[in-house]
Amino acid sequence: MNRRTFLLGTASGALAIGCAFGRTGGRVWRHHQRTGELQPNAWIRILADGRVIFTLDRVEMGQGTMTSHAAMVCEELEVDPTTITILPAEASRAYDNPDRQIRVQITGGSTSTKASWQPLREAGAVAREMLRRAAAETWAVPLGECVAIAGTIQHAKTSRMLRYGELVKAAARQDTPRVRLKDPAQWTLIGKSLGRLDIRPKVDGSGIYGVDVQLPGLLTAVIVRPPVRGGTVAKLDASAARARRGVVDVVQIPEGVAVIAEGYWEARTGAELLQVTWDEGHGGTLDTDALFAAFEKLASARGQRTAHDAGDAYEALGKGTRVEATYRAPYLAHATMEPQNATCWIRRGRCEVWAPTQTPGIARFRVAEAIGFDLDDVAIHTTLIGGGFGRRGLVDYAVEAARLAQRVKRPIKVMWSREDDQEHDWYRPMAVSKFVGSVEFGTGNESRPLQPGPGRITGWLHRLVAQSIVTHEAGDFLGARVPNATPRALRRLVSAGPPRMTARGTLLDPTSIEGAADLPYAIPNLRVEYTPAETGIPVGFWRSVGHSFNAFFTECFFDELAHAAGKDPYELRRELLASHPRHRAVLELAATRAGWDTPLAAGVGRGIAVHASFHSFCAQVAEVSVTGNRVRVHRVVVAIDCGRVVNPGLVAAQVESAVIYGLSAALKQQITHRKGRVQETNFHTYRSLRMHETPVIETHLVTSTEDPTGVGEPGVPPIAPALCNAIFAATGKRIRTLPIEAALASPGAAS
Amino acid sequence: MVKLIVNGKSVTVVAEAETPLLWVLRDKLGLTGTKFGCGIAQCGACTVHVDGEARRSCVMPVGELAGRAITTIEGLATPPEMERAGERWRAGTALHAVQEAWLAENVPQCGYCQAGQIMTTVALLAANPAPTDDDIDSALSANLCRCGTYPRIRRAVHRAAKAIRP
Repeated sequence: MNRRTFLLGTASGALAIGCAFGRTGGRVWRHHQRTGELQPNAWIRILADGRVIFTLDRVEMGQGTMTSHAAMVCEELEVDPTTITILPAEASRAYDNPDRQIRVQITGGSTSTKASWQPLREAGAVAREMLRRAAAETWAVPLGECVAIAGTIQHAKTSRMLRYGELVKAAARQDTPRVRLKDPAQWTLIGKSLGRLDIRPKVDGSGIYGVDVQLPGLLTAVIVRPPVRGGTVAKLDASAARARRGVVDVVQIPEGVAVIAEGYWEARTGAELLQVTWDEGHGGTLDTDALFAAFEKLASARGQRTAHDAGDAYEALGKGTRVEATYRAPYLAHATMEPQNATCWIRRGRCEVWAPTQTPGIARFRVAEAIGFDLDDVAIHTTLIGGGFGRRGLVDYAVEAARLAQRVKRPIKVMWSREDDQEHDWYRPMAVSKFVGSVEFGTGNESRPLQPGPGRITGWLHRLVAQSIVTHEAGDFLGARVPNATPRALRRLVSAGPPRMTARGTLLDPTSIEGAADLPYAIPNLRVEYTPAETGIPVGFWRSVGHSFNAFFTECFFDELAHAAGKDPYELRRELLASHPRHRAVLELAATRAGWDTPLAAGVGRGIAVHASFHSFCAQVAEVSVTGNRVRVHRVVVAIDCGRVVNPGLVAAQVESAVIYGLSAALKQQITHRKGRVQETNFHTYRSLRMHETPVIETHLVTSTEDPTGVGEPGVPPIAPALCNAIFAATGKRIRTLPIEAALASPGAAS
Repeated sequence: MVKLIVNGKSVTVVAEAETPLLWVLRDKLGLTGTKFGCGIAQCGACTVHVDGEARRSCVMPVGELAGRAITTIEGLATPPEMERAGERWRAGTALHAVQEAWLAENVPQCGYCQAGQIMTTVALLAANPAPTDDDIDSALSANLCRCGTYPRIRRAVHRAAKAIRP
C-alpha cells in the first residue's frame, strides 16, 4: 500500500477522516478503542465476534458488483464471501469512484471492476497482514509461519489457530503494512463463477427497493409535470384533488404540482383531479421529424469541429467509387423496471434520503443545494435498484423528495408512474451521421463480389451531428466532484463552465464522438467531423452512451464499403485491424465460433460487428431472418476481451443482458415528440424484447492477463450493427434508421 | 372494507372498491414483494395468484376479490401444513422449488421483475408440469425483464419442472 493516503469512512458515512497510513496505524487503534472493531480502511470492518462487514461502494443494480467486489476483497482477506455481511456505502467522499476521470461517488461508465481491482484487493490484503502480524506477536512465532486460512490465522508447527475475531484487538495495534498481493496462481475466488450474493432477497420478496421503503407516517407524492419541456403552471385549481379522500396536501414545486396522499393510489387518482392550465412556452413546437431534418441539414455542411483527421479525406473522396449514406438514431428512454422514486425525511436539521441511485455523491450535492443544507447534514441511503442503465446517474427524483419533505415536515416518498418515467427521462441523445466513403478496386474484382480481393477503402468522411450529454449532465457531476469545503458560489461556477462550452462546441464533448473519432481501421484518409446540436430535450448517459449510436453508424457504413469494394465484411475488418490485435482477436473468435464460412438455412443472413468501448473489446455475429416486416434473431455469438475475468458467470450474464438491451433498442425503441409531447408513454408503445423473441446467445471470453476492464456496457454497441448487417445479408435491405421494425414498415426508410 | 384471504390469512382492509389489489398489498398490507412496473398490465411485475391463477394486480379492483385466495411472492413458500398450524412464514425460511431454481441458475440481475416471473412460473408449472420451450414462451412472454435474464429464466423453469415432477 506504499504509504498512500486513504480515507477512513464510518458506518454512517457522516464522517470521513483523512488517515495517512504508513508509519502508524494509530487511527485504526483509536477506532478499535471506540468500537471494539478492526477497521483498517473504508471498506472492511471485522468485529470481535468474528463477523466481517464489507462496505460496497459501487452500487449493485443487477450488474453484479456485490459478488465481484466481495470476491476481490475476500480473495486477499482469506474469508468465505458467502459468510460476510455486505452493506451499501452511504454518501461519503471515502467512496468516490477511484477512476481518474470520475472521482465522484458514482457507479457508471463500466468502471466498477476496473477501478476497484487494485484498491479492494489491497484493502483485503492489509487487513489480512495486520491479522497475521497480530497472531505472530501473540504466539511469539515468526510471521512467515502464520498462514491466513478461511477467517483464521493458523500456525501449523504448533497446530494453533486463532479466529479473526479473536485477533481484532491485537491487529488494531499493528502499523499498516506494505502488502504483496497474491499470485494469480493462488487465487481461489477470482476467475471462478461464484454464485451471486445478492439474489436471495430478490427471489423471496424481502428485498427493499426504493419503492419499498417504509417509514412511520410515510406519505406518497405523485407529481403532475408539464406536458412539454419548459412548461410552467399558468393556472391551478386543486380543490377537487384536495377534496379527494386520502389526499393530504397539494404543493407546487419547480418540477410540477405534487399531490400528497396516504398512499400511491390516492395520490395518483387525486392527481387526475387537478385542473392545471399550462403555459407551454416554446416546448410545444418540438417535433421529431423537424429535428431530424434540422440535424441532417447540419450534417450536410462541414462539421463545426474536427474530431479526427488523417491523410486527406476530401481529396481521396474525389477518386475511386464514391459511397454515400445517411444514418439516424433516435432518442431512447432507459425504461428501468422500477420507475424513478425517492423517499426523504427531514428532522432536527438533518436530511435523510433513501433512493435507488447510481450516485449517492451527486444525490447528496443536489439535495443539499435544493434545500439549502450543508453536505454534512444530508445522508443518502442506497436501496436495492430496479435497473440503472445510466438513468440513476441523475438524481431528479431525490431532489423532488427533498423539496417536498421540507414542505410537509413528514417522511415522504415521491413515486413516478411509468408515464412520468417515459415522458421525463434524460434520453439517449438522437444523432445523425452523413458518410462519404471511397473504395478502389484492383483487377478483376468487380466480377467476383464478396470474394477476398484487392478492393480497398481509400477514404472515409464521417459527419456526426449529436446532442451533447455533457451539456446536460456535467453540471451535476462537477458540482459533486469539487472538494466538500468548496464555497457554494465557487461550486456553481465550476459546474456551469464546461456545459456552456460543450453546448457552443468550443469544448468537444467526448461522449458524443466516442467510438467514431477513434475508428480502429487502417484507412489512409479518414476524417471525422462533429457538430453539437442542442434541442432542449434533456439527454443523459444510456448504457454505452455515445458508443450506442456510433458503433451502429460506423460498423454499418463499414459494411457498406466492404460490399462496395467487393470484399467479405469479416475479411476486410480483419485486414484493416492488423495493428489492433485485441480488436482482431475478438473478431476472429466470434467469427470462428459462429462458423462465419458455414452455410445457413435459406433466408437466414449473418452479420458481424466489432467495437471497443470502456477499455474492452467486443465482437458479435448475428443470424437473422426477415419475414415481411418481422425480424427474427436466431442466434448471437459474442466474443469479449475485458482483461482478467473476475467472475465468468457474471460476465456472461452482463453480455446476455447487453445483447438483449441492445436488441430491444435496435429493433423496437424510439422516443418521438409531436407538438412537444412524448408519444411512447408506456410499455405498449415503448416495446422491449420479450422471452419468445430472445435469440440463443453464446458468449466466449478471451483469456487475458491484462487488468480487468468494462463489462456492463461493451456488449451493447456491436449488436445493432451486427443485426443490421445480417438483415442486409438476408434481404439486401440496408437499415440506416433505427429502430429496425419501424424502418422496415415505412417504405423508403430502408434501401 | 374488503375481506381478503392473503397468503392463507384472512385480512380486512379499508380501501375503495376500485383500488387495484397491487396498492392494497403494498400500501395497506405492507407486502412490498409485489412490484409496480407499468400500471396497465403490460409488464407483469405485479403478478400474483388469485385462486391459483397468475393475475395482474395493478389492474385488479380489490372490490372484486372478496373471499378469493390471493398469494403473493411472500406467501409462495408457505407449506400448507405450516399454514394449518398457523405458523407465520418469514422471509429467510424455506423456499418454493421455483425460487430454489432461480437461485441455482443465478437468474436475477436487478431483480425487480423476478417476483412476477416466479409467480407466473409457479402458475405455469401447476397447470403444465413439463412445459416445452414454446409453452414457456407463451406463459412468460407477458413478463418483461429489462436486464435480459430471459435465457436464465428459461433454464430455471426447466430446472424447477424437473425438481417438482415426481
